[in-house]
Amino acid sequence: MRKVYNKVISVAGNVITVKASGVGYEELAEITTRRGKSLAQVIKLEDDLVSLQVFAGSRGVSTSDEVRFLGHPMQVAFSEDMLGRIFTGSGVPRDGGPEITENLIEIGGPSVNPAKRIIPKRMIRTNIPMIDVFNSLVASQKLPIFSVSGEPYNELLARIALQAEVDMIILGGIGLKFDEYMKFRNTLEEGGALNRSIFFVHTAADPVVEGLMVPDLALAVAEKFALQGKEVLVLLTDMTNFADSLKEIAITMEQVPSNRGYPGDLYSQLASRYEKAVDFEGAGAITTLAVTTMPGDDVTHPVPDNTGFITEGQFYLRNGRIEPFGSLSRLKQQVNADTRKDHRAIMDGMIQLYAQYLETEEKRSMGFRMSPWDDKLLKYGKLFEEGMMSLSVNIPLEGALDRGWSILSQCFKPEETGLRSELVKEFWPETVQAEELEAAEETV
Amino acid sequence: MTQQTGKITGISGNMLIVEFEGTITQNEVGYAVRGNERLKSEVIRIQGNKAFLQVFESTKGLSIGDQVEFTSELLSVQLGPGLLTQIYDGLQNPLPELAEEHGFFLPRGVVLDPLGGDREWHFTPIAKKGDVVRAGDYLGSVPETQFKHYIMVPFDFQGEFTVESIQPQRDYSVKATIATVKDKKGQTHNLAMQFSWPVKLPVQAYKEKILPTEPLVTKVRIIDTFFPVAKGGTYCIPGPFGAGKTVLQQITSRYADVDIVIIAACGERAGEIVETMREFPELTDPKTGRSLMERTIIIANTSSMPVAAREASVYTATTLGEYYRQMGLNVLLLADSTSRWAQAMRELSGRLEEIPGEEAFPAYLESRIAEFYERAGLIQLNNGEQGSLTIGGTVSPAGGNFEEPVTQATLKVVGAFHGLSRARSDARRFPAIDPLESWSKYKSIVPAEMVQICRDFLVKGSDVRQMMMVVGEEGTSIEDFVVHLKSELLDSVYLQQNAFDKVDAATSTERQQFMMEKMISILQAEFDLTEKEEARTFFYDLRQRIIDWNFIEWNTDEFKKQEQMIDELIKGKVKNA
Repeated sequence: MRKVYNKVISVAGNVITVKASGVGYEELAEITTRRGKSLAQVIKLEDDLVSLQVFAGSRGVSTSDEVRFLGHPMQVAFSEDMLGRIFTGSGVPRDGGPEITENLIEIGGPSVNPAKRIIPKRMIRTNIPMIDVFNSLVASQKLPIFSVSGEPYNELLARIALQAEVDMIILGGIGLKFDEYMKFRNTLEEGGALNRSIFFVHTAADPVVEGLMVPDLALAVAEKFALQGKEVLVLLTDMTNFADSLKEIAITMEQVPSNRGYPGDLYSQLASRYEKAVDFEGAGAITTLAVTTMPGDDVTHPVPDNTGFITEGQFYLRNGRIEPFGSLSRLKQQVNADTRKDHRAIMDGMIQLYAQYLETEEKRSMGFRMSPWDDKLLKYGKLFEEGMMSLSVNIPLEGALDRGWSILSQCFKPEETGLRSELVKEFWPETVQAEELEAAEETV
Repeated sequence: MTQQTGKITGISGNMLIVEFEGTITQNEVGYAVRGNERLKSEVIRIQGNKAFLQVFESTKGLSIGDQVEFTSELLSVQLGPGLLTQIYDGLQNPLPELAEEHGFFLPRGVVLDPLGGDREWHFTPIAKKGDVVRAGDYLGSVPETQFKHYIMVPFDFQGEFTVESIQPQRDYSVKATIATVKDKKGQTHNLAMQFSWPVKLPVQAYKEKILPTEPLVTKVRIIDTFFPVAKGGTYCIPGPFGAGKTVLQQITSRYADVDIVIIAACGERAGEIVETMREFPELTDPKTGRSLMERTIIIANTSSMPVAAREASVYTATTLGEYYRQMGLNVLLLADSTSRWAQAMRELSGRLEEIPGEEAFPAYLESRIAEFYERAGLIQLNNGEQGSLTIGGTVSPAGGNFEEPVTQATLKVVGAFHGLSRARSDARRFPAIDPLESWSKYKSIVPAEMVQICRDFLVKGSDVRQMMMVVGEEGTSIEDFVVHLKSELLDSVYLQQNAFDKVDAATSTERQQFMMEKMISILQAEFDLTEKEEARTFFYDLRQRIIDWNFIEWNTDEFKKQEQMIDELIKGKVKNA
């Protein structure tokens, strides 16, 4: 039987201190207050003083409240029964279902030996052309979605979750608004994907500290499933809230802040979560997509900045679309040579033309006269945005490539596209070209 | 001497406070004991009867009252044959062997033999009985991959020693005694091939340090021609994320004209070092025709591995570099990224509650960075031969802003600065080294006048472009317009280089010199161009032909044919030809 302590010496922020002995670092304790029970984790030991961060927050903690140490660090259940279930940031059911206590595993486990990693080479199809064609997602990749408040980043995550070719989806919500989380749930339910999903949701109404555990819970479970050969997609939203929780605890603990109040170990903290993305040799893989909202749309803010150095590229979500510039999948080169032979050419060619369209668009808005070439670009830009960039587009990679050729042929002559002649010969849609070109010239 | 022990009285993150009695030494290694686990730690501060230790592993589960065993040894690495081709973590634990024994994850508290224990090496003696030797002198040699690996008198042996006996030519394990030496007091010492050295101290078992002058050819044109590196010199590559730091380091690690490359992946993505680990054994070194891995050592302490070991990893890599330099070899150490190393120092400093400097980095940041780069250098050995250690470090400044402590402290001490620019990488101009901001204090492989001519054009071209943004193309004179086109040409065909093309990725010294002359002749030529459209077409045409030329193998028939086509194109437009 573990010892119970009932003398809380100090309460500061969400950190309480008790006098206790024989306590392990990062050990878990249960604190019983008037408001109910909450978990707490040891974050500092000094002589017989034990500092704990209280997941439910310190509001209502009295000096005579009972603290019971559990003798183990934070754990989470791991079982097939978790599929379709929703848990809180402390790992307790949020959906009213039974508690799952079998197969407890520790969270925040050791890092993967680099010698056991393999070079990733499996593409994950999402049926979103801006991802599949232009910045392919690769199994074991870690990618943030850089966005700002108000953008439909959670809708995008839900769509990827629905359509991605993976065995299971684990969602970690940190500071998620209640209706966002309900929408997520409903989308997956309607799409029939709920029974292969596990949710760990910390809502904006929950105590801040609880959000800190969410990525670790989600990733620990993901890791176990991946070791069993499952292809797991982990979705985290929003990692900026996670970083803000870290900041809050660090400041309560009187740590010296490094940049805009964030602790000096922000990089290591984020990295230890993102680096859980892995392709196990001879087993499954973990792919991580994480929303990072950029305060003030500023990519040099410490959270997106540190994230960018850790992750393998990034997607920028602006004006409801994945930006073709700035967005980058560092691993796309590993997979896009083996899809279809026109993949890389379409990827480069269409983007270069779109860049030219943007220049023309700028000239047009400044009132310059448009040349015939400019008119072609304007038409192209519009078709590209509607047919490729819009998030409502939902077609497989091959369909998207065909559509790419069709858009090009509706606007340009083959030699104007800069695409290699042998590809043009094979893929240029001959029949469409003549009539469409005429029609195009009439409308312009 | 009895073993010192202490008891843990405080834990915060990866720092322990330990109460001890007796003597302990700053920076000595201690082990925190919990059950069967022994967690390696290092003393970083002593205060009264309390020592502060940083633990190189996770401190999860440690408890007040747990025992700490002190070793009285400073944090050290093992030196000897068998280092090449290895993949170590920051504390010289071999990762592939760890994987074999412990599977997917990095276990806590496991230390394996870095030199593979029982492996035997064919030893040939050099020293003879009665020879007087000092630290760093050669006792014998063993073949290691393509190198003659010299077995030396350990670097911590002070003064002169007389060789009492030396073993005959035969196979020995690294721990077997191969020689016995006697010091001045008459005490004898048994020497093995393997010995240790504390990583944080520079190896100084040589005659003197000399000024580096010979260029280290990286085969990257913009570096070798414009911002060269010297053998034994130092350079840094700061840049925002996505600007191509890592690709540049990978290219350098493959093609640089040195004997040995040590790659320190310090706090960066695991995926990147995995590429190197998996690809290097398959690639052949163009110089020797053998696997690239045979001249490489990888130190991988990636971002999710323990922070304290990340701090140590840079020193581990440097010490291994110094060791091979003592054999008269040219060694290149690539550290990616020194910012992560500096951040590790910052985390530690925060835990010690030291008064923070700028951006919370410790006040000693500058001196630590200086100490690190000062370990590079060209040296003259005791036997008169030379060896060099060149250090190239990447810096990852927050937000890509170079006005931050790590970049600034680094710029003060390095010999060359290869600043990567976001504007260039966004425009897909790779390598994204900014030609106007970067600098080097070393000697180029082409004459200085030529470099000056090119730089003048780059500066003038940039001025013209600035002006053109205001007055438009119409308001620019044809002379200025041609200057702009010439500088753009130089940028496209010489400064930019395709890292993924097998020919263009590496340009030899002769080829660079040859191309530079061609470029100078184009830059200085006066062309008969009156219309801007005509000028643009001409230079675009020229650019295309030279880019194609860059992809053709050096000095082949095809190469010469392409050169002729380029010459003809120039001839057709040059004035007073």
